[in-house]
Amino acid sequence: MEEAHLSEEYGPRWSDQRAERLLGALVCAVVVLLLALIATVFWRAWPSFAHNGLAWFGPGGNVDDQINQIYLSGLGGPEGYVYTFHAWQLLWSTFLITGGAVLIAFFSSLFVAVFLVEFAPEPMSNVLAPVVRFLASVPSVIYGLLGVLLVVPFIGNHLVTEPQRASVAGVISLSGYSLLAAVLILALMIAPLMTSIFSDGLRSVRPGWLEGSLALGVNRWRTTWKIAVRTARPAIVAGTVLATARAIGEAVMLAMVSGSVAFAPNPADGLIFIFEPSRPLAPTIVKNIDLLGSEPANSTLFAIAAVLLFSATMFSLAGWVARRSMRKYGATA
Amino acid sequence: MVVPAPSHNGNGAATPSGFSGARRSIGSPQFSIRRMEVDQLSVSYAAREAVKSVSLPIRQGEVLAMIGPSGCGKTTLLRSLNRLTELTRTARVSGRILLDDVDIGLIEPTLLRRRVTMVFQQPNPFPMSVFDNIAYVLREQGSRRQRRKTLEPQVHSALDRAGLFEEVKDNLDHPALRLSGGQQQRLCIARALAAEPEVLLLDEPCSALDPQSTQVIEDLIVNLRDDVAVVIVTHNLQQAYRIADHVAFMYLGDLVEYGAATTVFGSPREKRTQEYVSGAFG
Amino acid sequence: MGAPVATPPASPPSGGAPRKPSKGLPQSGSTWHLSDRIGLAICWALGLLFCAIAVAIVAYLFVQGIKYLRPEMLFTPATAGFSQGQTGGFSDAFFGTLIVATMGIAIALPVGVGVAVWLVEYGRPAALARVTESTIEAIAGIPSIVLALFGTVIFSSAALGFLSRTSEGVVFGRSFFGASAMLSLVALPLVVASTREGLSAIPQHVREASYAVGKTKIATARRILLPAARPQVATGAMLGLGRIIGDTAIIVVLLGATQNFAPVEGAAFPFNYLRGAGTTLTNFVYEASPTGNLNQPEKAYAAAFVLLLMVLALNAAVDIVHRRARKVGTWSS
Ligand SMILES: Nc1ncnc2c1ncn2[C@@H]1O[C@H](COP(=O)(O)OP(=O)(O)OP(=O)(O)O)[C@@H](O)[C@H]1O
Ligand SMILES: [Mg+2]
Repeated sequence: MEEAHLSEEYGPRWSDQRAERLLGALVCAVVVLLLALIATVFWRAWPSFAHNGLAWFGPGGNVDDQINQIYLSGLGGPEGYVYTFHAWQLLWSTFLITGGAVLIAFFSSLFVAVFLVEFAPEPMSNVLAPVVRFLASVPSVIYGLLGVLLVVPFIGNHLVTEPQRASVAGVISLSGYSLLAAVLILALMIAPLMTSIFSDGLRSVRPGWLEGSLALGVNRWRTTWKIAVRTARPAIVAGTVLATARAIGEAVMLAMVSGSVAFAPNPADGLIFIFEPSRPLAPTIVKNIDLLGSEPANSTLFAIAAVLLFSATMFSLAGWVARRSMRKYGATA
Repeated sequence: MVVPAPSHNGNGAATPSGFSGARRSIGSPQFSIRRMEVDQLSVSYAAREAVKSVSLPIRQGEVLAMIGPSGCGKTTLLRSLNRLTELTRTARVSGRILLDDVDIGLIEPTLLRRRVTMVFQQPNPFPMSVFDNIAYVLREQGSRRQRRKTLEPQVHSALDRAGLFEEVKDNLDHPALRLSGGQQQRLCIARALAAEPEVLLLDEPCSALDPQSTQVIEDLIVNLRDDVAVVIVTHNLQQAYRIADHVAFMYLGDLVEYGAATTVFGSPREKRTQEYVSGAFG
Repeated sequence: MGAPVATPPASPPSGGAPRKPSKGLPQSGSTWHLSDRIGLAICWALGLLFCAIAVAIVAYLFVQGIKYLRPEMLFTPATAGFSQGQTGGFSDAFFGTLIVATMGIAIALPVGVGVAVWLVEYGRPAALARVTESTIEAIAGIPSIVLALFGTVIFSSAALGFLSRTSEGVVFGRSFFGASAMLSLVALPLVVASTREGLSAIPQHVREASYAVGKTKIATARRILLPAARPQVATGAMLGLGRIIGDTAIIVVLLGATQNFAPVEGAAFPFNYLRGAGTTLTNFVYEASPTGNLNQPEKAYAAAFVLLLMVLALNAAVDIVHRRARKVGTWSS
């Protein structure tokens, strides 16, 4: 008995050094995998960026037509490859949809988190907490399905008016697949994620600070906003960043509800622009995934992925910098 | 109402031998008005009773010191005076507390806490700059947001009263959490004074302070007693003797003895008080 | 309660004595300004809205699910047909979800726990620890569609041809192996974060007590720390599972295109299926929705209902683990 014990704990198989090296190797492998991912994506994307230069991000032409051209050119030899691609419509759509959804989700999440942590009576918070967890765990494809079968027809049948439909008849059809549907459902998808990170942050505020403020005769509402929300700012930034990254990268749900054409709705056209369809970056990859076999189309899709990867990373970085600067006055993470 | 000032002074015949070295920095009160009245107060956390049927008066013009061994319910009693006990979910309070003859249960808690402010055992400056820590109180109590310039005199005077102004006047924008523990505690006292309370509750305010800052705080307390009713919890019996007019000795939730400082330290009625007091002074 | 409340005074107010003038504040009434009240009302409204949305989603999918789901659908594969009555069930999708969930977590759990143990218990050199932390954070922020595209590059490389179908030297790349491997990256950050939290909540003296009786670091981690952190490890695994079964983009790119298993001929039993293409419930919902290739909303509802039941079961499991951990009393509570 004793010996078996010894050999297991001091024997060569689980000697401490060996275990440390093994785990270290595992960790290095994960790091290398990430580096490989970044390298691969940019390596595959390079031809598309190289051929277009900065014009890649600029406007010009219809993205869908361009992708089609690129795909067809890939069926021939490498001499005939076409890479011309101007992603402005996709970028603009990503900006509108992500921005709108994050804006809506941010404010509602902040209020719900404050409510959950500070003001909800116990029976209410006992219900609300699992509700938030549940909403955060619903698969995006279910949100997409409900969007397609409920929200989109509602917008198409009840919100869009006939004159509006007629006014853009030649350009685009207003069927309900729209910016509005995309923004609303995306906001619903990311709000629970934000709420749970925000409320974790609010819960970890030192109770002494809140009591200190209350003991000076500042009411609960102001104490919450001026002390709790203020000190939880790093968590609020972290949650917003994570949710924004999720929103930018959401592909399938948006492919289902945002309408399947590349189009850049223009706010200058008036309120009608929220009813116009528009397709952001990530769903474009999903919609064109069958084109991967064509070399230039492959490169173009990877270029889109590279932009997604880059912006997600930039958001994390910006969030990290913001959180660092807030620590100065002792705000908690 | 004015009660006759208790006839005691530092050189009285009641001074016990053990205290001959201790100096009372406080003269007889000029006047004393009863501001708060604790009546049969009991507080329990779930099943554990922390304060058992305590009754005592709190007077403006005097300093009341609460003493007693750790865990005897001093903090709990203090917290119930401005209804902070309500923040503890398990806490149950019974009995009556009157502020100027009005039951504090009938006063809106926020308003009550503006009149009865508290400084905690652990310094808890807000995670903001030194200036904002004090300006916060002034801003959030008012309905309009005031500009920094208009708040400056009030902030400076509050810092000055707590004996902190000279040390921090060049660093008003530094994070308050970078101050030393003693400075943080004085900032908290300054904050509580900026609220212009009628009753000031101090929970072991000097436990983190060096003798010099302790002296500053004690002087402050003695000077304050005419404007504000002061209740101070302290483990330092010498300090209680130096600055208190009345002393309450608590033991395991009971108020064992309440009386003039010279009496409690000089010739206590109760044996437990005698033991506690003499144990400390050997 | 506008006027000051006059309780029977115990004694008449004193006159003449020097007395600080009262601030003239009312004794009752509220210190809550109008804006504070409006804010609280918004809190309530949004909190109730969240609950209402959750209830609506669950109720709607239950109604639709009970209407359209037939138990035999879970055991009949999808077939081609003209009406929704002829197209069979979605058994392959159902079992596909179980397969990717099992294989994905089977990779993510050991790797995630290993990384967490290294981070908390070893963590040297410090630079590597920082890099690892950022890596895990970065992986959490990578959109799954980008992971999916990266997967197409890895798994269609000749070296990994044995993991999927190969014909005439071209590696097909789509397989359960590939999809599960990429899905494990989706779950990895959740497992790492949760396990780390569990390990770091264990007080230092527990480790010291174990070292003091001559146990090695790795033996301590295996025998004492990980068992103590079991609730958090389980939570991480279940959160990871939720993300795996909910992911669609990786499945669409790396597994699906078909609604049936497509086993590789000539391979031994489990491997012929695992190397072949297939589908999962999320993919089925996506394809069966009106925007997908199948367009059979009734089946989509039925499959979405099954998916929702799985998510609800996982949520309940997390809840039970939490509650039990709290009852037993871990160090973290
Ligand atoms: N939030 C709480 N929940 C449960 N019990 C509590 C709580 N706060 C205090 N108690 C209990 O109430 C009793 C009195 O505590 P209190 O903090 O009032 O003592 P104290 O006299 O201030 O002690 P000290 O001198 O150490 O500060 C203690 O037995 C303590 O365990
Ligand atoms: Mg105390």
